[in-house]
Amino acid sequence: MALSTEESGRLAALLGEQDERVTTRWTEIVTSSLRGRLSQAELRRQVQDLHRAIVTTSEQGVIDLSADSAAELRAALSELSRGRARQGFSATETTISIFALKDVLAELVQEAGGPNALHDYVAFSKLVDEMGLFTFESFVRTRESLIADQAEQLLELSTPVVKLWEGVVAVPLVGTLDSARAQVVMERLLQTLVDTSSPYAIIDITGVPAVDTQVAQHILKTVVAARLMGADCIISGIRPQIAQTIVALGIEFGDIATKASLADALRHVLRLTGVETARRQPRRGI
Amino acid sequence: MTADIDLGQPQAQAVQSDEDVVRVRQLVRAVAVAVKLSLVDQTKVVTAASELARNTLVYGGGGSVEVATVDNGRRKGVRIVFSDSGPGIADLDLALTDGYTTGGGLGLGLSGSRRLVDEFDIETSTETGTRITVTKWSR
Repeated sequence: MALSTEESGRLAALLGEQDERVTTRWTEIVTSSLRGRLSQAELRRQVQDLHRAIVTTSEQGVIDLSADSAAELRAALSELSRGRARQGFSATETTISIFALKDVLAELVQEAGGPNALHDYVAFSKLVDEMGLFTFESFVRTRESLIADQAEQLLELSTPVVKLWEGVVAVPLVGTLDSARAQVVMERLLQTLVDTSSPYAIIDITGVPAVDTQVAQHILKTVVAARLMGADCIISGIRPQIAQTIVALGIEFGDIATKASLADALRHVLRLTGVETARRQPRRGI
Repeated sequence: MTADIDLGQPQAQAVQSDEDVVRVRQLVRAVAVAVKLSLVDQTKVVTAASELARNTLVYGGGGSVEVATVDNGRRKGVRIVFSDSGPGIADLDLALTDGYTTGGGLGLGLSGSRRLVDEFDIETSTETGTRITVTKWSR
């Protein structure tokens, strides 16, 4: 769907000769579609960049969007879509900036007239379609990478392993425990056990809204893995409704110690390690 | 989420991915809160929904879930229908046995969910897939 040398020559002439008018009209159409969410000046600059890229590319002869000669044009298009994707514009609002060029071209071709008018317009139109699709694809790519980044950040955010005491680490689980997160939790916990050479780990599920068989299985696997490394695990944060649900489901935690709260779990571990906790006697007479 | 639950209308949710299982859970919780189920019953029905929605996804190859409120004059409740057009369950008695699994899980999802709800109805065939209807009444 490349443009032939004559066609691109005519395109270059058409867009190049009246560049001021083309960019102004183009900016106008795009501005109305975005309803003032981008400043006129910024839009104008983007349109000018695109315009320049198209003219430069078409002056070189054959335009083929996938060829090396169109690298500058592709860069301009992906820069535009990347910017729009990051600013939270929709796919339509992004690609319309490209498709607006069709309206401009229709006006120009009509004015210029000539025997090739229809043929040229169809050819230019195809090029604009191709540019639009390319923009759309890079828009989607940018969005996907944004989502992937966020998912990764979320994984990092939501799975801290904290040291509670000498030899005691805790993992407060919050939210949904799917396979990906369970894997991260297990890796973190096992690594922290090694790094801090802790013999005890507390897995706190206060923040997990529903404990179903999948969640239970993930927790059980983590406990078994920690045991293989010589560490004892205590599961804490089992609220009454969770306890009743676990019983009804028929999940068995076997000989794994479970406690209602993190404080109970810590006290349990401290007792096991022989640490005595006592209240200081209040002083009298002062 | 909780505020705009229309009690009269059944809410549908497609189940095509793990995220959809989370959405089903949130939807069921919202409806369970709206019909004033106790915290324990909420947790039970949400957990059962989570199990069955995951079964729909993993064994049924995806499907849909419909959550509705029911009222028998004395009590209100939540009714959830899970349907898929997957391969069906070959041996229902075996599938409802504790600890039996074909997928590497704990083998408690189906049998456990039956214990978590008040009414449990399962229709399955190798041609049309599986349809499970569960109901939890308020007390």
